[in-house]
Amino acid sequence: MTAPSTTHVPIRIDHPLPETLNAQIRYLLDTQPEATALYFVTPDGKGEQTISTRAFFEHAAEVARALRQNGIQAGDLVVLVLEHSLDVLYSFWGAILLGAVPSIFPFLTEKLDPDRYFESLHALVERSGVRLIITYPALYDRLNTVLADVAGMLPILGTDRLTTGGNPTEFWDYAPTAESTAFLQHSSGSTGLQKGVMLSHRAVLNQLAGYSTAIRLQANDVICSWLPLYHDMGLIAGFIMPLMQGIPLVLMSPFHWVRAPHILLHAIQKYRGTLCWLPNFAYNLLATRVRDVQLENLDLSSMRAFINCSEPVRADSHQIFQEKYTPYGLTSNALTVSYAMAENTFAVTQSGMDGPQKYDRIRRLPFQEQNRAMPAAGDDEWALVVVSCGKPIPNCEVRVVDGDKKPLPERQIGEIALRSNSMLTGYYHQAEISAQALYEGWYLTGDLGYMVEGELYVTGRKKDLIIVGGKNIYPQDIEAIVSQIDGVKDGRTVAFGVFNEKLGTEDIAVIAEITQDDEETQGRIQREARQRIVQATDVNARFVHLVGPKWLIKTSSGKIARNANREKFLQEMAAEGLL
Amino acid sequence: MDIRQELKTFITKEIMRNPKYPLKDVEPLISGGLIDSFSLVEVQLFIEKKFGVWIDDMEMTVETCNTVDDIAKLIEARQ
Repeated sequence: MTAPSTTHVPIRIDHPLPETLNAQIRYLLDTQPEATALYFVTPDGKGEQTISTRAFFEHAAEVARALRQNGIQAGDLVVLVLEHSLDVLYSFWGAILLGAVPSIFPFLTEKLDPDRYFESLHALVERSGVRLIITYPALYDRLNTVLADVAGMLPILGTDRLTTGGNPTEFWDYAPTAESTAFLQHSSGSTGLQKGVMLSHRAVLNQLAGYSTAIRLQANDVICSWLPLYHDMGLIAGFIMPLMQGIPLVLMSPFHWVRAPHILLHAIQKYRGTLCWLPNFAYNLLATRVRDVQLENLDLSSMRAFINCSEPVRADSHQIFQEKYTPYGLTSNALTVSYAMAENTFAVTQSGMDGPQKYDRIRRLPFQEQNRAMPAAGDDEWALVVVSCGKPIPNCEVRVVDGDKKPLPERQIGEIALRSNSMLTGYYHQAEISAQALYEGWYLTGDLGYMVEGELYVTGRKKDLIIVGGKNIYPQDIEAIVSQIDGVKDGRTVAFGVFNEKLGTEDIAVIAEITQDDEETQGRIQREARQRIVQATDVNARFVHLVGPKWLIKTSSGKIARNANREKFLQEMAAEGLL
Repeated sequence: MDIRQELKTFITKEIMRNPKYPLKDVEPLISGGLIDSFSLVEVQLFIEKKFGVWIDDMEMTVETCNTVDDIAKLIEARQ
């Protein structure tokens, strides 16, 4: 192999691809062992660490050795129940070195109900045949008790038992094949239906090659991220891509970031960051909730692109962000968009890299009534602005189809379908769901949109889903939770999303029919509903609306009509000035 | 209006969008699912505007600011 050029990243479409992630680790250790792999940033700067490629993979090899000593073999599923920390980073690559299959499970937060959390972990372990869990010694006993009845589990491995020493070279013989599963990502689904997305080494490398080309990734890029790693955007763009491309990753914890959003901006300045992926709400948060005093001397001029991804993109979020940060060096072409999903490893499209970011103004009525996106006249004050997600990345095709799966012409709204060489192998242990999602080789996304001049515009989704700050929440889950509360009439609940202009994301609203309407009961149900929702989902319900009999609208078949109730609720709230 | 009442009015109306909610002084706000991390920033800005006190981001945790009473005490100590 040749030494990396000073301008190009090693994985790209006009270049032979490595067979596996393991081969790429070996290449990086041969060619640039002392290059910085990671800057791990903490809010007070005290825990800040700079880690070279060699040090990073030596730590990973320690985990690999500990896993091997504990009986783990190639192909075994290893689940990481760890906080956003160096431990989780090393453990992930430790499993990969050994040819095992890592999967990152969201860590228990102070808001989640521990019993419920461990129940869902138990369900995952049982369903997916997990062989081993790496966690903190503090959780060791609890997990052993919770998982005592699961067959085939190896002992739980505490992080205190990972420092056995190790060298990546011990693991070159464990190299998997290109078709082996590299790791599992979690795709969303309502409770009990979360799916493990299996991605092969080849699919991941194809994605890295295609997406790196689309974003013009160069050896001098620096990626900054606060994103969680159990989600495709954080795992691929904010972790695997920079590590495998041998470019520095500046990483901070989502828990730190959400409490002090400006730390991201200062990290960009300090490390001359060039690329950063954010969900839409983060643009609003950074535009409206960071105080000017926290931005003194800030310089964002190193940034090539902020990439808006993982929840509906709003033109006004871009606008307020641009206005706020232009004085701090943000260039006018730095705000771009990507449409992505775990099933395609990550990115499907990317905008704004070979031309300006496009915004499509369309007429409201044809959109609402005929599923058509017709250009609006300049003076049309009712026009809607849809933000382009850009063109499909290399090796990925996108089309919009009708109810019979037939392709639709430009500006006709239908379901978005895609085909690529970075698709999932299947859902782990769920072959039947894998088959359902594909139609003649095309993956049907469940999202709605239209195409214009080769660019994709996403307008909504077929499935009932609420996206809160990039996190997918299923209304059926919220309805079931509230339905169980004493005093709520069983089955008489309805949940939906309400867009919050200020936050740039959706709020959860839930309506419940109650049997007694005295103030004390109402207060108790309000309290219980909010508590149970946050404990189950880690996300708050903004609106909890308790109603008497006859309020809820039902369909002719007796089902609760989600959209009709949503409209009624919005009208009532607007009348009371509470929206 | 005293600090606790001001905070309660703000939280129930502006964050929970339910002015009738019987919020108690010692009720858990964050772990109780009433306020999320994003809304905490709104509370910070409200406190700064109303009481002239800035509570730093890192102080806004479940341990220090989980109830109206906790927040009121922080404000009182700095006024």
